[in-house]
Amino acid sequence: MSEAVPARLPVTLTVNGAAHTLTVDPRVTLLDALRETLHLTGTKKGCDHGQCGACTVLLDGQRVLSCLTLAVMHDGQAVTTVEGLGTPEQLHPLQDAFIRHDGYQCGYCTPGQLCSSVGTLDEIARGVPSHVTAHLDDVTFSAEELRERLSGNICRCAAYPNIIAAVMDVHAGEGA
Amino acid sequence: MRAFSYARAETPQAAAQAAEAPGTKFIAGGTNLLDLMKLDIEQPSRLIDLGPLDLRAVTDTPDGGLHVGALVTNTDLAAHPRVKADYAVLTRAIVAGASGQIRNKATTGGNLLQRARCPYFYDTNLPCNKRDPGSGCAALRGLSRTLAVVGTSDACIAQHPSDMAVALRVLDATVNTLKPDGTPRALTLDEFYRLPEDTPHLETTLEPGELITGVTLPPPVGGTHVYRKVRDRASYAFALVSVAAIVNGPDVRVAFGGVAPRPWRVRDAERAAAQASGEARADTLIDRAFEGARPTEQNAFKVPLLRRTVRAVLAQAAQEEQA
Repeated sequence: MSEAVPARLPVTLTVNGAAHTLTVDPRVTLLDALRETLHLTGTKKGCDHGQCGACTVLLDGQRVLSCLTLAVMHDGQAVTTVEGLGTPEQLHPLQDAFIRHDGYQCGYCTPGQLCSSVGTLDEIARGVPSHVTAHLDDVTFSAEELRERLSGNICRCAAYPNIIAAVMDVHAGEGA
Repeated sequence: MRAFSYARAETPQAAAQAAEAPGTKFIAGGTNLLDLMKLDIEQPSRLIDLGPLDLRAVTDTPDGGLHVGALVTNTDLAAHPRVKADYAVLTRAIVAGASGQIRNKATTGGNLLQRARCPYFYDTNLPCNKRDPGSGCAALRGLSRTLAVVGTSDACIAQHPSDMAVALRVLDATVNTLKPDGTPRALTLDEFYRLPEDTPHLETTLEPGELITGVTLPPPVGGTHVYRKVRDRASYAFALVSVAAIVNGPDVRVAFGGVAPRPWRVRDAERAAAQASGEARADTLIDRAFEGARPTEQNAFKVPLLRRTVRAVLAQAAQEEQA
């Protein structure tokens, strides 16, 4: 079957603080634009169907699945990937805590876990309730809240206890 | 993914007019549509991105209700102060569904239009009347454990997957739309969703191009709001069964999820339950609401599971009323 290749379209994304104007096939997901066009391979392609969380990035500060959205849908928006959280010389506190707590094994899920954790801490701080929140007006930080809120990020090595410990640690440090 | 052309919506009516053309689909959050396009289940030739439209506000209505723009995300709707205070069953239902990442992207309008999660709808090698009209239904004699028990037909036994819609049904919400000719409509959820009958590929009464602009919630009714979802794992899974309830003394409003092609609510059952007391309330409600149920051997467990779930919900509501 022959299909006409659709016209490529311009889109400007601010990725980790730098503006990039790309010309993309409209079929290109945000995930593929980050990895294949911008060569930011920190964000991982896991299931590519929104079930594993490996491709989680921050879009205008909120965690989203970059596999389930098109690059052209985000003209003018800001994307933060794992490369934008910290640098090898100056790690993001969560990156540091993941290392100290051995919050990863194969590490494939780690970039998504990190971006998701950043988004989660912000959601709790903003009072966004979750399925385990007992009182909707009183959203507080707890390990139970973290486990529920990070349930969209699958780790097949099952490093979950260490991931929870790492995020708990960062939250305790922020609160101190 | 198949090729499609892409355009950004400029106004709601222009979007509706443009979408009248066959093969055109709206895209908002994209969390369901793009998955289905990757699997070759949805094959739009043109996408109209609703992102630029100004449909992201939650506003008070003159009668004391609430209007929710079609592009309000699940997260923003669940966390809205008035929703948490006056329509808690809606917050509870939304946060019971999907993951945080998906709720940040998924929209109110898109949630209403998400497609069935029946394994045979998803498997393009097998017949499915919803995906390929007239091809047959592989689910009827297949793996039907998760599928619907009521409101089904010989052509389709898929269940509606949304949690949010179940809460909207118990809240008597209406869906606001705009037709390509500029005519607005307001539809109850029962008017909005079709039952499958012999055309399960037609899931709603939306006309070609018709755009969902928002959802209107009537003034709050008070009472105790409960959403109870029973599923195979504790989080990030679709419902086997779910119950959305608003309990006000003897009065009880209940809608059921995971069991029908649309959120299932039977007013006669609620009226009968209000006359009953104790354990008979749950039994009366279930017996009446599922009178016409036609479960398969594999999903017959859902009706007794619902009965126990409703008992638990009524007990929880009684406890919360006392507190």
